[in-house]
Amino acid sequence: MTKFDRRHFLAAAGVSMVGGQAIAAAETAQLPFANGARPLVRAPQKRPLILLTSRPPQLETPFAVFNDGLITPNNAFFVRYHLSGFPDAIAPDPFRLAISGHVETPLSLSLASLKRDFPVTEVVAVNQCSGNSRGFFEPRVGGGQLGNGAMGNARWRGVPLRALLERAGVRAGARQVTFNGLDVPPTDGVPDFVKALDIDHARDGEVMVAWAMNGADQPFLNGYPLRLVVPGYYGTYWVKHLSEINVVDAEFGGYWMKTAYRVPDNDCACVAPGTKPDRTRPISRLNVRSFVTSHGEGARAAAGRLTELRGIAFSGSAGVARVMVSADGGASWSKARLGEDLGRFSFREWRLGLRLAAGRHRIKARATTIDGETQPLEPRWQPAGYMRNVVETLTLEAI
Amino acid sequence: MRALPLSALVLSAALLVAARPVRYAPLPEPIPGDLAGADGEVVVRNCTACHSLEYVATQPRGKGAQFWRDSVTKMITVYKAPIEPAEAEAVSAALAAKFG
Repeated sequence: MTKFDRRHFLAAAGVSMVGGQAIAAAETAQLPFANGARPLVRAPQKRPLILLTSRPPQLETPFAVFNDGLITPNNAFFVRYHLSGFPDAIAPDPFRLAISGHVETPLSLSLASLKRDFPVTEVVAVNQCSGNSRGFFEPRVGGGQLGNGAMGNARWRGVPLRALLERAGVRAGARQVTFNGLDVPPTDGVPDFVKALDIDHARDGEVMVAWAMNGADQPFLNGYPLRLVVPGYYGTYWVKHLSEINVVDAEFGGYWMKTAYRVPDNDCACVAPGTKPDRTRPISRLNVRSFVTSHGEGARAAAGRLTELRGIAFSGSAGVARVMVSADGGASWSKARLGEDLGRFSFREWRLGLRLAAGRHRIKARATTIDGETQPLEPRWQPAGYMRNVVETLTLEAI
Repeated sequence: MRALPLSALVLSAALLVAARPVRYAPLPEPIPGDLAGADGEVVVRNCTACHSLEYVATQPRGKGAQFWRDSVTKMITVYKAPIEPAEAEAVSAALAAKFG
């Protein structure tokens, strides 16, 4: 039996097993930190992905996928849930999106109406988990121990939230808009997963209720049939299976805004390692990051010949202005060529050809945005393990 | 063949085009090896009501007993995990013993 067949078989067999050994026998991935061994599993509508947790499902994209193209395929896109209660089937015809609260005319919209009765918009944008790369924090912090694969870049298609709010008629005094999906807490005590955006942000024309991802329905695990798309913001706001939009006239005090997903309220969103922040604020925009995707840690290159490095860079604000690459651990830097611009919220490709002398080389990539934000050379730290964006280093061996 | 009334045709056409539900089949949940023995049973019994056990087993090792006590306390106070105090002690102790 080929590797591919075996994987299919295990995934299929595993679905009907309870507490079986199927996963243990399947392929595994090793994330590059302690206790980083993970099984690869095939969830519905997905290729084999790195399993963080099975209930609720949390799946990470194998990093090699990011070298295949700027758009992350739907079947490779990462998955993150908070609550283990959600429907096992979602039928599109009876589905309704409710828009209510502090509005003139509450709405209940079918998918057909959303697609037919409102302007259609598209954006290419990165969705990145707040805790992407948490496993690299030192000292380590509790939470989902992710490598760098809890991110993805897709072309989202849907209706601007602004158009929906205009149709409902926002009443004077509105402060925030809250978003709830079909997923529900496993027990009564767990707070429902509801997120909020300020009213001006919700009406900026960029925030979108998306029904399509890369030209197809979103996979179930990425929020079918609707998800909120908040370009430039961390994935925690991109509510999946979006079913309720509520305009409120006060600051929303729900757990997932007021207590969880908070970062230190200072310029670096960081504190001294091992300490706690005095003041916090809700996490918001992605900081700037870049990665080498063409080579993995410890990869080999031909000494004296041209080695082309390729990678991606992105930010949640102004877009990437430049990527500088060092082959000597940061002593000297060269400017990489930037690839196609798919918009300021998208992955941006970079490439650089290097001639490497025989030996080991410490490669670094450092992105800077149009408004001057750049990646730190040393890692920042915060207790929740969000927002890692240090300049990453990998070792190439030229022989 | 007898002609069907128009309404029947429309109805059957609507049924044909009615989009099918998108389904999710839960992933298998093997018990991580570290928790599969008798001394992991208290963890399995108390933690799986709300989530699978990879949440526990993938945490960093060597964080100390207080890390696990805090984690269990958070599950009870913040997420209202239905765990009795004596059981909570046992869960914290088992996790500290297993994972340090």
